[in-house]
Amino acid sequence: MSGEYEVVIGLEVHAQLLTRTKMFCGCPTAFGAPPNTQTCPVCQGMPGSLPVINRRAVEFGIKTALAIGCTVNADNRFARKHYYYPDMPKNYQISQYEEPLAVHGHLDVEVGGAARRIGIERLHLEEDVGKLIHEGNLETAQSSQVDFNRAGLPLMEIVSKPDMRATEEAGAYLRALRAIVVYLGVCDGNMEEGSLRCDANISLRKRGAAELGTKVEIKNMNSFRNVQHALEHEIKRQARALDAGERIVQETRLWDPDKGHTVSMRSKEFAHDYRYFPEPDLPPLDVEARWVEAVRATLPELPAARRARFMEIHALNAYDADLLTGSRVLADYFEAAVAQCGKPKAAANWIINELLRELPGDDERAVAACPVPPGNLASLITLIEDGTISGKIAKDVFEKMYRSGEDARSIVSREGLTQVADVSALGSVVDQVLTEHAKVVQDYKAGKKAALGFLVGQVMKLTAGKASPGVVNSLLVEKLSKL
Amino acid sequence: MPEPKITMREVEQVARLARLALSDAEKERMRRELDGILSYIDKLRALDTEGVPPTSHAVPMTNVMREDEPVPSLPQADMLANAPDRSGDFFRVPKIIEE
Amino acid sequence: MLTDLTIHELGARFRQNDATPTEAAREYLDRIAALDPKVKAYLTVTAEAALARAAEADARFKTGAPLGPLDGVPLGLKDVLCTRGVRTTAGSKILEGFVPPYDATVVARLARAGAVILGKLNMDEFAMGSSTENSGYFATRNPWDLSRVPGGSSGGSAAAVAADLAAATLGTDTGGSIRQPAAFCGTVGLKPTYGRVSRYGLIAFASSLDQIGPFAKDVEDAALMLQAIAGHDPMDSTSAAVPVPDYAAGLGQGVEGLKVGIPAEYFIEGLDPEVETAVRAAIEILKGLGAKTESVSLPHTEYGLAAYYVIGPAEASSNLARYDGVKYGLRVPGARDLIDMYSRTRGAGFGAEVKRRVMLGTYALSAGYYDAYYGKAQKVRTLVQRDFQKAFERVDVIVAPTTPSAAFRTGEKEDPLSMYLNDVFTIPVNLAGLPGVSVPAGFTKGGLPVGLQVIGKAFDEAAVLRTAKAYEGATEWHKKKPELGA
Repeated sequence: MSGEYEVVIGLEVHAQLLTRTKMFCGCPTAFGAPPNTQTCPVCQGMPGSLPVINRRAVEFGIKTALAIGCTVNADNRFARKHYYYPDMPKNYQISQYEEPLAVHGHLDVEVGGAARRIGIERLHLEEDVGKLIHEGNLETAQSSQVDFNRAGLPLMEIVSKPDMRATEEAGAYLRALRAIVVYLGVCDGNMEEGSLRCDANISLRKRGAAELGTKVEIKNMNSFRNVQHALEHEIKRQARALDAGERIVQETRLWDPDKGHTVSMRSKEFAHDYRYFPEPDLPPLDVEARWVEAVRATLPELPAARRARFMEIHALNAYDADLLTGSRVLADYFEAAVAQCGKPKAAANWIINELLRELPGDDERAVAACPVPPGNLASLITLIEDGTISGKIAKDVFEKMYRSGEDARSIVSREGLTQVADVSALGSVVDQVLTEHAKVVQDYKAGKKAALGFLVGQVMKLTAGKASPGVVNSLLVEKLSKL
Repeated sequence: MPEPKITMREVEQVARLARLALSDAEKERMRRELDGILSYIDKLRALDTEGVPPTSHAVPMTNVMREDEPVPSLPQADMLANAPDRSGDFFRVPKIIEE
Repeated sequence: MLTDLTIHELGARFRQNDATPTEAAREYLDRIAALDPKVKAYLTVTAEAALARAAEADARFKTGAPLGPLDGVPLGLKDVLCTRGVRTTAGSKILEGFVPPYDATVVARLARAGAVILGKLNMDEFAMGSSTENSGYFATRNPWDLSRVPGGSSGGSAAAVAADLAAATLGTDTGGSIRQPAAFCGTVGLKPTYGRVSRYGLIAFASSLDQIGPFAKDVEDAALMLQAIAGHDPMDSTSAAVPVPDYAAGLGQGVEGLKVGIPAEYFIEGLDPEVETAVRAAIEILKGLGAKTESVSLPHTEYGLAAYYVIGPAEASSNLARYDGVKYGLRVPGARDLIDMYSRTRGAGFGAEVKRRVMLGTYALSAGYYDAYYGKAQKVRTLVQRDFQKAFERVDVIVAPTTPSAAFRTGEKEDPLSMYLNDVFTIPVNLAGLPGVSVPAGFTKGGLPVGLQVIGKAFDEAAVLRTAKAYEGATEWHKKKPELGA
């Protein structure tokens, strides 16, 4: 992109809350039920129905607000937002408008080594809409089907300030926000399944200009990757248009991941007139300081703080600390393993290099279901540290642990994998190798130090990998020096 | 002659917002009647409401909430029984065209 | 005839085994069959279910274990209340075939009290109107003069009680829709304090104004009905967690020493002289019974109507957005696409008055107009509330006319504004959320009923009912019945 333009990005994130019931009625929120079986007169907008606020949803909102540095508005209320669409049972959505739950927070993110603070405008609660299934796709479908199971699910909307100046910042912000809501246990952060959604507002302006350019809303970015690609694409599109002297139309565009471009959805120029007014069926909320403080007391250590602590106390580097704090469950796993074996660097290496090959670290469910509990990993590490097995053998043992769920000791003893460190036992093998590879011995004596590695390898081969490499190494060096 | 309180164009815009199909005769009648009503309502403007807070709830109440306990949903058959166009487990609607 | 009796009289007969609920239900059903073609109060008659419920009540009285004062009593319900398995239309074509899968809370409470539901009663469409001429189905007639309106929007509920087509009924009141038809039809009609009775299952018109209340043959019956339906409901966030007193207990206390306010602004030029005469006579009677009257001022009364005709339509335009042909009710076939389907369905399903108010409300909430209309009206609402608060610092109840005139002829009020002016004395009470009752206070020379309104402090239905009861006890108006034949 030509350095002529500065990009301004704001992100609107919707997080589906992990409550057991919907925002305004007692219908369950569990995923996967047959269509229209998790509804009632309230969430289906039947005549005569009335909403009742889910206390836990408000609590989750407060918790999140505190975690992102927002001020909780003691006085806040719900409002009706009107528009007609078949997935909207009442043709208005109960949301919050002039008096949201929380305002003015921030997220600190790191991009390319530089720290950036991204402002957060507001956080509010609202209800989700139902699901529309088009016969084919939206453009060609002659009719559509509606399932209201999801209608009424509690949503938390977090609107950033237009503070991001690069797509990387947007990606970092989104990742950081996701980590927080997952850490708090208020949302499972699954973009593919739609429990975390992101819309962007993006505009370009000439560098140094004070005024913002015309903003375009981008929707349908259902993964981190898609967010970044869509934004990059949109920047190019807008830059090209501006370069050609065209005017940017204020509109909503849908990202098409298959085609790799955005498509204009509807003109935001004639913006929806949402006709907001305070929800008359719901008395206002008065969130007392006492409640806020009670919620504050339940805040866990947040990802950024945990990452910093890992770096300081466990002497991890930034990259490793990042990976290990990718999810709360993974960070807990790491700490549990360290608590048992006392070797943070080893634990970090094993988790990052071996465990994360098997499962994604930011998938809370997968980590929680891992066949190698942290205690087992810890004892594996201990076996290496105390010389019982070699590092090489340990890798195989780990594989077996992962497949079977067994602990390290059982596998090692059953398969006789205990490392041989006995000097007299190894001495005879070393002697044998030195005899069989006389030429290599001569190369070594002639000054080719690398030949030692070959000889060590041969001893390892003859001992089926069980020899302690350290002992083999020193034995070889000693015997070679005597030759 | 006093300015009309509402123009025909506004009537059409509001009808669109409200998703109401009005015949030309209805539109004209609506414009006249709304004009009359809005003129009457205008007497509110004369009232000084500086510093007066709005009332949105007649009887003051706050913090009415419920616990996060599931309640059985209604059976699918009940919820689909009144559907004007039912398609299996779903409600069916005609072709959606973005405006 | 059992159909002449009040609830408390009928209950006594049941308990004495002088009559059975089945006999009462049968008599009412027969009377409905004979007379309702003239009165046209009922939209749906649920004869089979009524007789089934009555038979269950019979059994309870036989074993000497009745559920309470309403057990076995035949009642009617305004068709704006959801009744499970029974067609509920809100008087509109857009809900023509709608059968709710659930009961409104008040309906469930009446069922738990053993009441027998005779059917669903006609009303102005979506409760918008003052004459029941706006019903999408047909107009109800005033039993006192079939060429005149019964009032609205609860015209069917009022006419049914007046014509002895139910022992009592439930209606709803948003701007006067219980009190005004009660006045026109010569019955008792009570609008409780906002939040006193649950709105869950009440098809909404204006959420911050709607309340459900009884029509009854006398004040004691109204108290019994209120007792059965009042009280907090967790399904309605606007229902008040205020304990429900025993309304019948205090009824006979009388008005000795009670301070009664007479609002100057309610005795204005537009008030029919015959209505004024009747109301002033009623005030004298109250004085004779020991009440202390004084003049009070409710200076913002004249602005109440204007504020109401912004707030009501605004909330209605929102509440009625859901009627779109997708999930229930009417869908006009042959639409090109979704928006066409929405517009045609709503265009065909809503009547003229509803369309008018939806348009007005949409306009008032639209961008650029909110502050001038809705925002302003909500501030005026505060002023109206404050008027009452100030007055109630000095008096216990306020007494006034219910309506500016007696029942007018069908088709007489074609201009919407002139129709709206009917509610000028009732609307401020809804804006302030206060309880109000209309009781029979006499007749015009032409034989048309006139109503007296008693208004009380929030949640002080007891004082309102007590005043009404004292007045009723000193008069015979409520005992007179229209001549309908049969």
